[in-house]
Amino acid sequence: MSQAGQHRQSILSAVRTALGARLGDPARDAAVTERLRGHPRGTVPARAHQDEPALLDLFQSMLESQGTEVTRATTPEEAVQAIAADLRLHHLPLALRLGEDEVLRTLPWGATPGIKLCFGAADGDDRAGLSRAVAAAAETGTLVLVSGPDNPTTLAFLPESHKVLIHRVDIVPCYEDVFDRLRAIYGEGGLPRTVNLISGPSRTADIEQTIVRGAHGPKRLHVVILG
Amino acid sequence: MADAAKAAPTHSFSEAAAQALADQDLQRALLNVKRGFIAKRAKARDKLPEFARLRDEAKAIKDHTLSYLDLYLEAYERKVIESGGEVHFAPTAKDARDIVLRLCRDAGARLVTKGKSMVSEEIGLDDHLEAAGIEVAETDLGEHILQIRGDTPSHIIAPVIHLNKETIAADFIRDHDGLPPGRSLDTVPDLVAEARAVLREKFLGADVGITGANLLIAETGSSVIVTNEGNGDLTETLPATHIVLASIEKLVPTLEDAATVLRLLARSATGQEITTYTTFATGPARADDPDGPRAYHVVLLDNGRSGMLGNEFHDMLRCIRCGACLNHCPVYGAIGGHAYGSVYPGPMGAVLTPALYGIDQARDLPNASSFCGRCEEVCPMAIPLPALMRKWRERDFDRGNPPFRQRLALKSWAFLAKRPRLYHALSGFVMPVLARLAGADGRFRHFPLAEAWTGTRDLPAPEGETFQARYRKSRVKP
Repeated sequence: MSQAGQHRQSILSAVRTALGARLGDPARDAAVTERLRGHPRGTVPARAHQDEPALLDLFQSMLESQGTEVTRATTPEEAVQAIAADLRLHHLPLALRLGEDEVLRTLPWGATPGIKLCFGAADGDDRAGLSRAVAAAAETGTLVLVSGPDNPTTLAFLPESHKVLIHRVDIVPCYEDVFDRLRAIYGEGGLPRTVNLISGPSRTADIEQTIVRGAHGPKRLHVVILG
Repeated sequence: MADAAKAAPTHSFSEAAAQALADQDLQRALLNVKRGFIAKRAKARDKLPEFARLRDEAKAIKDHTLSYLDLYLEAYERKVIESGGEVHFAPTAKDARDIVLRLCRDAGARLVTKGKSMVSEEIGLDDHLEAAGIEVAETDLGEHILQIRGDTPSHIIAPVIHLNKETIAADFIRDHDGLPPGRSLDTVPDLVAEARAVLREKFLGADVGITGANLLIAETGSSVIVTNEGNGDLTETLPATHIVLASIEKLVPTLEDAATVLRLLARSATGQEITTYTTFATGPARADDPDGPRAYHVVLLDNGRSGMLGNEFHDMLRCIRCGACLNHCPVYGAIGGHAYGSVYPGPMGAVLTPALYGIDQARDLPNASSFCGRCEEVCPMAIPLPALMRKWRERDFDRGNPPFRQRLALKSWAFLAKRPRLYHALSGFVMPVLARLAGADGRFRHFPLAEAWTGTRDLPAPEGETFQARYRKSRVKP
């Protein structure tokens, strides 16, 4: 057996010996298979069980309490204008980097003449990135981003300003609802390379427990709720 | 027993504790623990009425996982491989160091960035890689500060809680090359901005990124990290190779189980509802991904943990490293983390350190507790920390480690305590004698065998009667 194989065997048999378990015990195998297949939910906080308008308010107030700027837009034009207004507010160039996400690409960008769009992964020189969240959990104001050509992960971490568009219908009560959505997209037991749960701008409290925004990731997070 | 890495405690606890108590800067810094963490956690817990129920469920999740750990390890491994990654099993700290070094060499690494990882501190990884000529950049702000100081963490989630901003500014002036020496670093935001700029270069230039894992999920083969800074994400997204270094007890079965644990983790640690970033990484970048690593490796460390399974220290394997027991411990609050001489300080460290390095190496730690019980009360995984420390004390006694005088005192006490009539007769005789010897002010300035006490303060004398005698008297009165 290779050394790697011996290492593997040594840990697994140490664990089995300690547990007094025997290899190929059908009852143990079944317990594990059932748990993985059934993935039962634990307690979901009551605050997540609310109707739509209250749930949306919870989502927004949780995000804002963590230092995120939130804008509600009823039309795509309003969303584009909110994004441009935020860039101007923070004296950033009227430019954005985004991925191939169809929703983002086909926003009515003509509503803000002169805005410059670049496409693809961020490289460290971009000032502002735009992503679309595939879902969001209202319970803690948490956006869910998935890696891929549509929304490259680097957009969420390298630019100093990160903007996220979330459709109102994609805001769900709790983390468990998010996982069910991901299972619907990627299949049972499958996930993309990266799933980012994002609940605010980058921050640190390492020095004297003083909270400072903009540690290594974005200094500002701006969320536009569309719909 | 695990091989003794540099992390094994090597110094005298009582000397280090005495130094810590006399260190004014440290005492000032420790106030931040008491003022900040405790109130924030209490507030977060109060805002979640389901906290106690989640705690019971999280305990049950971990107990279930541990009792099927071999099968969950295999299930997890299958999913990692299915998603294009590799799993490497490391029985000892040395095995883990060797595996990580080999993976770095295979990747042709010159510069490695690292997210915060207590397991990497446990195995002494940085020194091992640097000795092999690989530059290692710690990217968590606190860990970066420790690295340029040649220091070690004093808290498992707030590694530089022992330092003040003036000290850190002096370190930055000394270590950050190519910046004007007269620059202003008076405020915390100044320091954060400088570290951001310095480390951004490292993120973009690294060949390998190494992170720990707060959780491993068997259902999907994912590693989960929680951070606020975003350094962990840059570490695991930008370099061509991502290595996850995690210990075997980090497994949970499903995404739902992860959600339950995550609801407790940040609230217990920093009092946040959730950390800014919670990231699930599963395998390397997919074929059409424009970013992300091309290779994904998980190194699973045992280092003594399988030896705790099923024995009296089993419960400790539920620990999720939130640090709540440190924050609420009066001993930790008085002396800080360094005095423990272990990577893992405070109550959790007092139980885990002897398990990893042997009780002979760490016999002072389970004794550094008043058993006030706050650690167990705030532990989100309901680990009976005082009971586990007591078990280490018993083992220590059985191995004949305590000094002769301590053993004699304990044995004499045990002899008497097991013979109530003798005990009462003796105490009924001794109490009045002591009361008389002490004289009018009822205090001893010196007392044989208690010099450690009387050296700094008087010893109050008994008042002349035993508790039992008084109790009997009060009962016969109307």
